[in-house]
Amino acid sequence: MIATKSIQFAYEGVPAFEIPDIEIKAGEALLVLGKSGSGKTTFLNILGGLLAPGKGEILIDGISLYSLKGQNLDKFRGKNIGIVFQKPHILGPLSVAENIALPHFFSKSSQADNVDHYLKELGILDKKNARINTLSEGEAQRVSIARALVNEPKIILADEPTASLDDENAKIVVDLLKTQAAKLKAALVIVTHDQRIKNEINQSITLKRKDL
Amino acid sequence: MSMLKLSWKYLLAKPWNTALNILLLALGLSIITVLILIQDQFENKMNRDAAGIDLVIGAKGSPLQLVLSSVYHIDFPTGNIPLDEAKAISRNRLIKNTIPLGLGDNYQGFRIVGTNHDYLDLYGVTFSDGEAWNTAFDVVLGSEVAEKSGFEVGDVFVGSHGIEAASHEHDEHPYKVVGVLAPSDNIVDQLILTSIESVWYAHDEEHDHDKMEKGIAKSGFPETEADEERELTTLLVQYRNPIAAVQLPRLVNSRSSLQAASPSFEISRLFELLGVGISLVQGLALIIVLIAGLGIFIALYNSLKERKYDLAVMRAIGASKEQLFILIILEGILLTFLGALAGLLIGHLFLYILVTMNEQGALSGLRADVFLNQEWWILAYALAVGILASLIPAWNAYRTDIANQLTK
Repeated sequence: MIATKSIQFAYEGVPAFEIPDIEIKAGEALLVLGKSGSGKTTFLNILGGLLAPGKGEILIDGISLYSLKGQNLDKFRGKNIGIVFQKPHILGPLSVAENIALPHFFSKSSQADNVDHYLKELGILDKKNARINTLSEGEAQRVSIARALVNEPKIILADEPTASLDDENAKIVVDLLKTQAAKLKAALVIVTHDQRIKNEINQSITLKRKDL
Repeated sequence: MSMLKLSWKYLLAKPWNTALNILLLALGLSIITVLILIQDQFENKMNRDAAGIDLVIGAKGSPLQLVLSSVYHIDFPTGNIPLDEAKAISRNRLIKNTIPLGLGDNYQGFRIVGTNHDYLDLYGVTFSDGEAWNTAFDVVLGSEVAEKSGFEVGDVFVGSHGIEAASHEHDEHPYKVVGVLAPSDNIVDQLILTSIESVWYAHDEEHDHDKMEKGIAKSGFPETEADEERELTTLLVQYRNPIAAVQLPRLVNSRSSLQAASPSFEISRLFELLGVGISLVQGLALIIVLIAGLGIFIALYNSLKERKYDLAVMRAIGASKEQLFILIILEGILLTFLGALAGLLIGHLFLYILVTMNEQGALSGLRADVFLNQEWWILAYALAVGILASLIPAWNAYRTDIANQLTK
């Protein structure tokens, strides 16, 4: 489903990251580990079409991600890649349901109205019309997962999704990501240094920076 | 969800800020609206009221006052002129026609104008009821006078001395309504018209009932006995030919007791004087609009700082750079569009209040429920301010560095 070929990336004045080639099949999950500063988030941004690599190629379902430009890349990302951030980053002026429906609007996706379905799957249906600032941390993270899932993407990327959650919520979030990715037959990539997740997912790679 | 709705949600997220910006813009634009409405209608009204009157001849004093009092019926008359002199000048070969006016009385602030039937022809009036006066103390009411006083044909009332309300009353001589005019959208609507004889007899100390039953002059000057010394207030003059415009005013003004004033000249002079004030207020309004624009710019620019994450998230879930640009521009347009609507509304409302509080003044007869083409320009101008104010914030939104922003 997603494969990378000899990706190279370096920030100015910092030695390049060592990024191994990966390949994840539909329905599989991969854990990306590494110390802070080893380029985990950068790698995730590159996979998500948010940051073009210096060299190399990312193939998603056979399409070279960065051969797409401008709007095409944005729409492709919206349709095929669901991203869960470390912080929920939910849009304050909108309600929970409106936040989750937003990817439909931006990617002009013709999917059926499945907002309620995902609200139910993630156990937050009762929060449908709630204001964002009334949500707890765990609920907010679940809203952001629902938003990542609503376009039924082929790839789900999660950046430290459990970093700010307690044990109970962390377990719920990881379970949700695993089961939903399996249901959608999507490739799941979780970037983390959270020890609590390590036992949940079998495949993993570890990133290093040349000088670390 | 649509872009417009999304923009609107973000504006609603800061209701006080949004309301303040809309209000400030509305304030500036409402001032401009009122000015445009008044200027347009006032000039129209002034020109309509003075149509057919080439020159006003009256007592010496301020020429502007003479025109205001005898054509527009707003200021006080400059004084009276002897009937003999008025008759003498009216025989001048440069004059086609004159209409004598006798002013000085009112009924509850509505001026009673003594004149002849030529005055009715001058404004081309039509009667909604009754007919013109035929004997002394018969009066014809302008449409607004009839509406406000509730008088109908056959009713009687007592006038008071002076041209302002609540002066001494002429209780011995009630006026009788014989006609009511249809609305004509000019000064006649607010006048009570009667014969010059009525005005004279109302002021006479002795009452000569024989005289009162004699007919009145329907055209030209009233007849008087040889020993009678009567006065008029003004003469409205129509020129026979263009040369009169050059010669007649000079001729009249050289006579010791009379003064001639041209309505068109005096009114353009008045507008010139008012023009300074109008420009000043207009300038002030423009500055308020500019400040409102600046306020919108600052509000959008600041809110953008807080919204960098939101914008980056939108990009991550499929929004293009162009969509973010449009999102911010739409916010500017929404703000100014609402501001412009509110401004036009407040402007019209303000004029309405101004006119209702000023029924017998210079602004009477102005309408608040008209929409001028210039008001579309106000809307366009406001939207231009909105686009201009949101251009830089929108450009910043366009350039949002998603990866950088999301990992901060």
